[in-house]
Amino acid sequence: MVIIDLDQVSKRYLLHQRRQLFSQHAWKQIRRDVKSFWALRDVSFQLEEGERLGIIGANGAGKTTLLRLIAGIARPTSGAIRVHGRVGAVLGLGTGIHQDLTGRENVHLVASLMGLTRPEVRNRFDAIVEFSGLSVFIDEAVRAYSSGMVSRLGLSVAIHSDPEILVLDEVFAVGDAAFTKKCTAKMEEFTRSGRTVIFVSHSLETVVSMCNRVIWLDQGMVRRDGPAGEITQEYGKLALETAAPSPPESSTADLAVPEQHQQS
Amino acid sequence: MNDPFYILRTLVEKDFKVRYRNMSLGIFWSLVNPLIMMSVLTFVFSSVFAATREHFWLFVLIGLLPYNFFALAWSTGTESVVGNAPLIKHVPFQRELVPVSVVLGNTLHYLLQLVLLLIAVIVVQGVNIQWLWLPLVLVLQLVFVCGLSLITAALDVYYRDVAYVVQAVNLVLFWLCPIFYGFEDVPGQYAWLYEINPVAAVVLIMRRIFLAGVSPGLTILKLAAVSVLTLWAGYRFFGRMEKDFSDYL
Repeated sequence: MVIIDLDQVSKRYLLHQRRQLFSQHAWKQIRRDVKSFWALRDVSFQLEEGERLGIIGANGAGKTTLLRLIAGIARPTSGAIRVHGRVGAVLGLGTGIHQDLTGRENVHLVASLMGLTRPEVRNRFDAIVEFSGLSVFIDEAVRAYSSGMVSRLGLSVAIHSDPEILVLDEVFAVGDAAFTKKCTAKMEEFTRSGRTVIFVSHSLETVVSMCNRVIWLDQGMVRRDGPAGEITQEYGKLALETAAPSPPESSTADLAVPEQHQQS
Repeated sequence: MNDPFYILRTLVEKDFKVRYRNMSLGIFWSLVNPLIMMSVLTFVFSSVFAATREHFWLFVLIGLLPYNFFALAWSTGTESVVGNAPLIKHVPFQRELVPVSVVLGNTLHYLLQLVLLLIAVIVVQGVNIQWLWLPLVLVLQLVFVCGLSLITAALDVYYRDVAYVVQAVNLVLFWLCPIFYGFEDVPGQYAWLYEINPVAAVVLIMRRIFLAGVSPGLTILKLAAVSVLTLWAGYRFFGRMEKDFSDYL
């Protein structure tokens, strides 16, 4: 069954140098006469239940934007997205984790936002803490945590909030090898029960071990879509080739040229 | 779907914990501020301007508490969406809950202050049957502030000037609400200025209930109409704006 269906999805961000109430800009914005930048262009793909999709590409290729759209945090400028099922999103570090609260308080806060009820959180609290491996520090303020610990807490809550679709953005960048391994196992268990994982990472190694399908984004467009091994190999080869003259991470792909948007 | 009441609860708890974690008096600070204001206003208007009203301090307190609640709830509600940007950019949930939770947090302070007020009124005046209006008045005030905060919180995402406009309006409102004077002191040609002001209406109703012991009359109908309309408009407006919040935070 198709669980996510993207049909010619594009996302444009308006570029605001100065957003001020008492300026020309307010008027320009009403007339939609500001510079803009297409983060995604005509992205179409379908995802079946139980797939583990990896998304790769250089910085600024539109990976995070794509996850935001799927998670329902932002909406596309044009095109249609159909998502069947509840999405749990861990976008970068923290996922709304508050620095001044303790780990315990954050579990309640984040879990409620991710769709758990109070009794559900009570029941799963121990499992969440255990999976994160933070039982000793759970009553400490999160500001005392290392970035790896914050990431583990957020991820643990997201996994235990039972989403049908789990969306992860660079969550293992700061995690240690043991935790990443634990998560890989969990993801497999997750998808075996028919749930779907979408995963963004710059670590091709993690992508290959986690995913069975990969989409390669290049300047907001789908460049390749296929089996994980094949696509990551191709991507890795290109990165090596271009590494000599200019590394792909800082190539012109990052700085897409802003275009003047026509009045609509 | 998630549980909006549980979300409201965790959001309110979050604000309280963050605010009071490193304080010994905690929530009781919210009593200190209005009492200081009451004392200063009473001193200035009894001793300097020689007001002759009986129990002037109580008269002032009844005006001060609804105004204080309104001003604080509105300004913190306005800043709430921008202040919770990390939540809004990372987790999909009903964003309306953010300003509403902030207003509810302020309501808890307000209730504590009202308990103090009720004790004072009992000591000075005693209880009367008109007190039964109080819950309705509170709900209407809450509805009004929520509606207004939804509008300004959404605007604040796009233009951060809005939070300061709200503060300026609150400052003006302190003088244009009958806090340290009565509605009857206002010259007839300016009465309209107070009749269109919902905060003044709440003060007026509270004074009728507590001091005069008479029913709120037609004023409460007007307040109800304005409050419900504001909430409806705020909900609609916020719902339209929130779809693009994550692009602007």
